[in-house]
Amino acid sequence: VRLGPQPYERIDRTGSIDREGHLVFRFEGQPVRAFPGDTLGSALYASGRRVFSRSFKYHRPRGLLCCSGHCPNCMMEVDDVPNVRACVHPVSGGERVRAQNVRGSLERDLLAVTDKLGGPFTPVGFYYRTMIRPRWAWPYYERFLRGVAGLGKVDKHHVRSTRFDTEHRYVDVLVIGGGSAGLKAAEHAAAEGKRVALVDEGPDLASREAGTTEFEILTPARALGIYEGGLVPVDAGTILYRFRAEKIVVATGATEQPLLFPGNDLVGIMLPGAVRRLVNYWSLKPGNSAVVVTTDDRGLEAVEDLRRASVHIAQVFDLRERRVREIAARGKKGHVRSVLVDGETFDCDLLVMSGGVQPNYSLLAQIGAKVEYDISRGIFLPSELPEGIQAVGAVTGDGISAEPPPATFNGAAKKGKCFVCVCEDVTDKDVKRAIAEGFDSIELAKRYTTVTMGPCQGKLCHLPSIRLYARENETDEAAIGTTTARPPWAPVSLGLLAGRPHEPAKRTSMHHRHKDLGARVMWTGAWRRPHSYGDPVGEAKAVHDALGVIDVSTLGKLVVRGPDAAAFLERLYTNRFADMAPGRIRYGVLETDSGRIMDDGTIARLDDETFYVTTTSTGAGAVVQWFGWWNAVWHMDVEIVDVTGALAAVNIAGPKARALMERLTDLDVSNEGIKYLDAVQGDVAGVPCLVLRIGFVGELGYEIHFASPYGEYFLDTLLERGRDLDIRPFGLEPQRVLRLEKMHILVGQDTDSESNLLEANMPWIVKWDKGDFVGKWSLEKVKERAVRENLVGFEMANGVVPAEGAQMVVDGKPGGRVTSSRWSPQLERAIGMGWVPPELAHEGAEIQIKVDGKLEAASVRLRPFFDPEGEHLRS
Amino acid sequence: MSFLLPCPNCGPRDVNEFHFQGEVTKRPKRAPTLRELTSYLYFRENVAGPQREWWYHRDGCEAWFQAERDTRTNEVLSTWIPEAGIASSQAPVVQI
Repeated sequence: VRLGPQPYERIDRTGSIDREGHLVFRFEGQPVRAFPGDTLGSALYASGRRVFSRSFKYHRPRGLLCCSGHCPNCMMEVDDVPNVRACVHPVSGGERVRAQNVRGSLERDLLAVTDKLGGPFTPVGFYYRTMIRPRWAWPYYERFLRGVAGLGKVDKHHVRSTRFDTEHRYVDVLVIGGGSAGLKAAEHAAAEGKRVALVDEGPDLASREAGTTEFEILTPARALGIYEGGLVPVDAGTILYRFRAEKIVVATGATEQPLLFPGNDLVGIMLPGAVRRLVNYWSLKPGNSAVVVTTDDRGLEAVEDLRRASVHIAQVFDLRERRVREIAARGKKGHVRSVLVDGETFDCDLLVMSGGVQPNYSLLAQIGAKVEYDISRGIFLPSELPEGIQAVGAVTGDGISAEPPPATFNGAAKKGKCFVCVCEDVTDKDVKRAIAEGFDSIELAKRYTTVTMGPCQGKLCHLPSIRLYARENETDEAAIGTTTARPPWAPVSLGLLAGRPHEPAKRTSMHHRHKDLGARVMWTGAWRRPHSYGDPVGEAKAVHDALGVIDVSTLGKLVVRGPDAAAFLERLYTNRFADMAPGRIRYGVLETDSGRIMDDGTIARLDDETFYVTTTSTGAGAVVQWFGWWNAVWHMDVEIVDVTGALAAVNIAGPKARALMERLTDLDVSNEGIKYLDAVQGDVAGVPCLVLRIGFVGELGYEIHFASPYGEYFLDTLLERGRDLDIRPFGLEPQRVLRLEKMHILVGQDTDSESNLLEANMPWIVKWDKGDFVGKWSLEKVKERAVRENLVGFEMANGVVPAEGAQMVVDGKPGGRVTSSRWSPQLERAIGMGWVPPELAHEGAEIQIKVDGKLEAASVRLRPFFDPEGEHLRS
Repeated sequence: MSFLLPCPNCGPRDVNEFHFQGEVTKRPKRAPTLRELTSYLYFRENVAGPQREWWYHRDGCEAWFQAERDTRTNEVLSTWIPEAGIASSQAPVVQI
């Protein structure tokens, strides 16, 4: 099969083989030899293989047809990746290649029986109309059908081994297509000093003369589409380039079209380009005796190449010179053996058919170009290109001249299946049937017959199918029109679109110390935080009895500074800040204008014009954005700086917190020196700190903020100096229990998109008399319409902990829901928070909560479960 | 959506770098009626054509700015950082 050394093999050009080298890959376990420069397809062809696949529905043998990576005929499984086009996949050696959609072997496929017997069972739409009765049986039918029809199989247990990446690229000029027109355009733009990139699918990249202008060539790389804003995603195997360019030059050329006649899918029937590539790139002899049927010069050019490869030319039909009415290919075991043309039979093992070319206008149509039918040449052409888009070469119709062939060359007699679409095994009979059933619009008929919906996406069947629709509807192609061109232009692997697995995580500057201390780490938003250090009960108990420390570096931290700082915060929060003395702290809640609770935190006034604001851990980003937006609206004289990452923070809490502080700082930490809700700046453990005396875990506590890099040192020092005070680090889980004991709401846990401050039982924090603030009007409306539900605490009668989200039952009907619930070891009670109807929102109201299908009694609590007077906090 | 949006600070950037905050709304200047409040909160002009809207350069300079964009074509006609004088009509009157 391999021809002797050809003169052009020495020339360094894409696609040609190097006989010095030797590569081996395996097909169905058997070794196949190849030269560097071979594709899997050319090497298999050289090894004598002619059947490359079995067809989608009928399991007919199929061989090389286009040899340019468009048609489905050479799709194989390569290294567990299905649907790889063998004809364009370069051999690198060692590949494991397998046939797909086959039971048995490519030569003897058991499912080929569908081609012989399937006649009455395989018309278009048959399964969907027939196998839905009885309805319950469809899943069984479906499982069967999916097994016998289709493409390659995805290995569900395959481990992802390829790493895909995305790269954003910007150039002045992006040229899509490396044919002579594309290369010329690229060279021209590069000569003008523009930054140019050219992308090309690979097999047909035209040769370039050495020493011409420099520009980047990406190959094999396929432009998948042109999206809004001129975005061009380019599939380069494992990298997806997202190209932006000032100007996009589309030089996508044209695709050879098949002719429609009975037996037009037999092995050995090829498009002229396939024949030429076999001869010119890989020095392969495509057959022994050839018949050529052509509507343009391409067929004749193929004849020249065939002669050079010493193929006997049995007959050439140039349809421009001779009118042919009937063509039928006949074969044996799926291989073409002869062709009948208008009553005359010619023996051959190669039939070259050329139905002209269709410009590849898809990318242009995607970005808004019009597509119109050119009657004289029988092709669809793009027009009215949008700004910044240029088309050159064959895609514009340049150099295309052909006699439009008839829709089909069917004679009167039945001579076998005539395929409109080889991807989906759709015949001319199927199309006629669809039209007879009323699918007369091209868009509907496409969906019903699935013509153009297979792996080639219409590259080889769109134009022929439109010709057939036109003829059957007794109209012309212009009236039928085209279907909408959509990306992707070429098949793309899902992995490439998904990109690299990406799960960003934030860690505090003390993170590794937590791990050393045995922390069980959990996700909270993007943060990784200690759930506990293995003993949540003991950790909570340590806070009540002695001393605990928790890393709260994840809190959002903002500095709000400027002459308008106090006024700014008064407009954003529901309570007052203007009357706050420097060095004092207040709790604040942010609401949206619709009255929804958005975030909460503490606000410390450091001086007249400076506030230090903390937010929830997961709300930090939203609050920074929120503050910035309102200031863009209001233009107040205030600056907002996000210091969340710059500062670390710990909360030390427990009856012995003061004792530890005394050891670490010269500050007066007595109850008079730093009062509850005081903010003081000073050195702690030698580190400049902001000490906030707040305690959301119910015991005497100091929240200490300092520069992040001190994190590990600071935590180490606390644990070391507090060892004899029985200090313990505690995690989020014990903190949840401690917070709940104090009935502190957890925004997003106890509140949702409907929750407002009045109904959340926090009316005390809404200062009605201070003028406008964000959310005030909606709260006024809530006050007018009366409260519909209330957030309250509850205590279980018998100690059962209901699930969070559990239902409350009032008079046998759903009447509320549990949002937080925990067992409190300190109180030795099951406690929680939840939403109840307002009539039950009073101390001691009896409610029932569904736990494991049974109703459990509980009673409402409105004041903190632990230390309701806050004596511990103020001690 | 894959158009480019010119950030007033950073120049043209992929729209995915930005957070979209919707059309520029008029916040009532004094305590609104329920109807005025709900239309401010929930109703939008939703024009087919040029629209003034808020954008935030989330993955960039973190600036809030306004843009005039044609909602039919996503053509961005102009972008600007609102200044005190210009946008004051949007700002609520606040009595403290």
